[in-house]
Amino acid sequence: MAETHSLQDLQQPAVSSKVFVQRDYSSGTICRFQTKFPSELESRLDKQQFEETILTLNNLYAEAEKLGGKSYLEGCLACLSAYTIFLCMETNYEKVLKKIARYINDQNEKIYAPKGLLLTDPIERGLRVVEFTIFEDRSIDSTR
Amino acid sequence: MKNCEYQQIDPRALSVSPLSVQNHAEKKVQRRRRKWEVFPGKNRFFCDGRLILARQNGVLPLTLGLILVTSGLFFAFDCPFLVTHLTVFIPVIGGVLFVFVVTSLLRTSFTDPGILPRATADEAADIERQIDSSGSSTYRPPPRTKEILINQQVVKLKYCFTCKMFRPPRTSHCSLCDNCVERFDHHCPWVGNCVGKRNYRYFYSFIISLSFLTSFIFGCVITHITLRSQTGFHTYLVASNLTTNEDIKGSWSSKRGAEESGNPYSYNNIITNCCATLCGPMPPSLIDRRGFHLPDEVIPVASALEMELPPFTPKSNANMCTRSTKDVLERMLHSSDFHGLCPSGIQKTTPLVQEVPRAPATAEPSLSSGCSRQLAHQAVVDPCPPFSKSNRRDSLHSINPAFRLASPSPTLSRSMPVLGDGCAIGFMPQH
Repeated sequence: MAETHSLQDLQQPAVSSKVFVQRDYSSGTICRFQTKFPSELESRLDKQQFEETILTLNNLYAEAEKLGGKSYLEGCLACLSAYTIFLCMETNYEKVLKKIARYINDQNEKIYAPKGLLLTDPIERGLRVVEFTIFEDRSIDSTR
Repeated sequence: MKNCEYQQIDPRALSVSPLSVQNHAEKKVQRRRRKWEVFPGKNRFFCDGRLILARQNGVLPLTLGLILVTSGLFFAFDCPFLVTHLTVFIPVIGGVLFVFVVTSLLRTSFTDPGILPRATADEAADIERQIDSSGSSTYRPPPRTKEILINQQVVKLKYCFTCKMFRPPRTSHCSLCDNCVERFDHHCPWVGNCVGKRNYRYFYSFIISLSFLTSFIFGCVITHITLRSQTGFHTYLVASNLTTNEDIKGSWSSKRGAEESGNPYSYNNIITNCCATLCGPMPPSLIDRRGFHLPDEVIPVASALEMELPPFTPKSNANMCTRSTKDVLERMLHSSDFHGLCPSGIQKTTPLVQEVPRAPATAEPSLSSGCSRQLAHQAVVDPCPPFSKSNRRDSLHSINPAFRLASPSPTLSRSMPVLGDGCAIGFMPQH
């Protein structure tokens, strides 16, 4: 029997829902995300695993926004050079963001993709939310 | 290969449709639009999204124009004059400040102030769901605020209807740019952009460097004007203790470049010169404007004294000599010509005349001591008359060169012979 195949079905699993982890402003305007475990993920994910991921992300953002000797030095040097120094080198924040992107990629490959989840980098959402995309287990069901 | 059902393509449509389909596909692959092209806010973008500006860029061209014109005029007119008269660092400093101002301004204008991208549809839906579930069951829509604790203090977060999200703390929605901006300071029309978290430092360095540039240019312009004007000229005269007359004639400018050389009246210190000229004691008016005019008694006082003294000298005993000397000395002390006369009277040598300005300081104590010594020794009587005349002549000769420089005053000419006599009488024993 002839089957009609939808390209989408073959390549992409259907998105079931999205879960958003909001920002935590209890310590001010620094970038932190809430560690409260969302109920929608209970069936897919360990609470511990979730907390570990979020806490690592929070620590990385804290490192990017840290006020200290290094950041002050960078700022003063930039000011004195009329900010032309940023044509040659990238800021500390940009370096940490690259680190975060690598970490999320790593987590997605190792932990979340096998469970049918996708973690979206918060920078793509304007640092407002951490987005978990839950995919339907259609591929798994069809093989059974 | 599986027997899949495919729709038969009409060959007649091949000439038209595949091309358009192909182009469309190609376009889709090639023409991926950048996010700035579909940005929902009221912003303008340049250099393929690298530079951002508000749509209403306000008076940014005016700001730039003012800075460029003012700085241009400064470099064109003030700098050449000030470089030759002051230092070459003036245009250097001005140039550095100008570069700082312009780069700060451009950075402030063209940097993203910290715009928060609008929530995606999924996010907005999720938030709506949360609000509905946590909101009241009444028909009235729930208030779009959320209360949170920040460092143990309650802060209300407002919901932004345009961006469809709860605004983070310190974030505000700019109506001109139609964006939520983090750590929103204000929308600056001069800069043509919002001032927020990401460009506040550039804005601050712009206004600081602009203040320095403005005050620097102002200072240079004032200096330029004073150097060229009357005020400057007279300030120079005051500082070097010169008169306009002397400056024009070049009385003391034998050596060009050394300002105080040759000027015998200068104290060789700018501050002392200024103080002496401007804050020195105010001399009294000598013309006695309100005194009554006496048409009969025209005899001046000094000549009366002159007639008095010669009768005394022939009598010439010690006491008379001493007394007359005392009178003369008293008069000398009151006279303004004291300094000039006595030193020449003491030594009776013409070379002393050249040292007249310096001699007063050193001669005074010696003179007073000399005078007092004379009085104490009780001057010899006999030599008084013969010596008086010859000494009078000598002293007159010696006195005159000292005042060659200044025009002799009438009082001087009158008192000179009197004092000459007195000196002669007084200092004879020393001889």
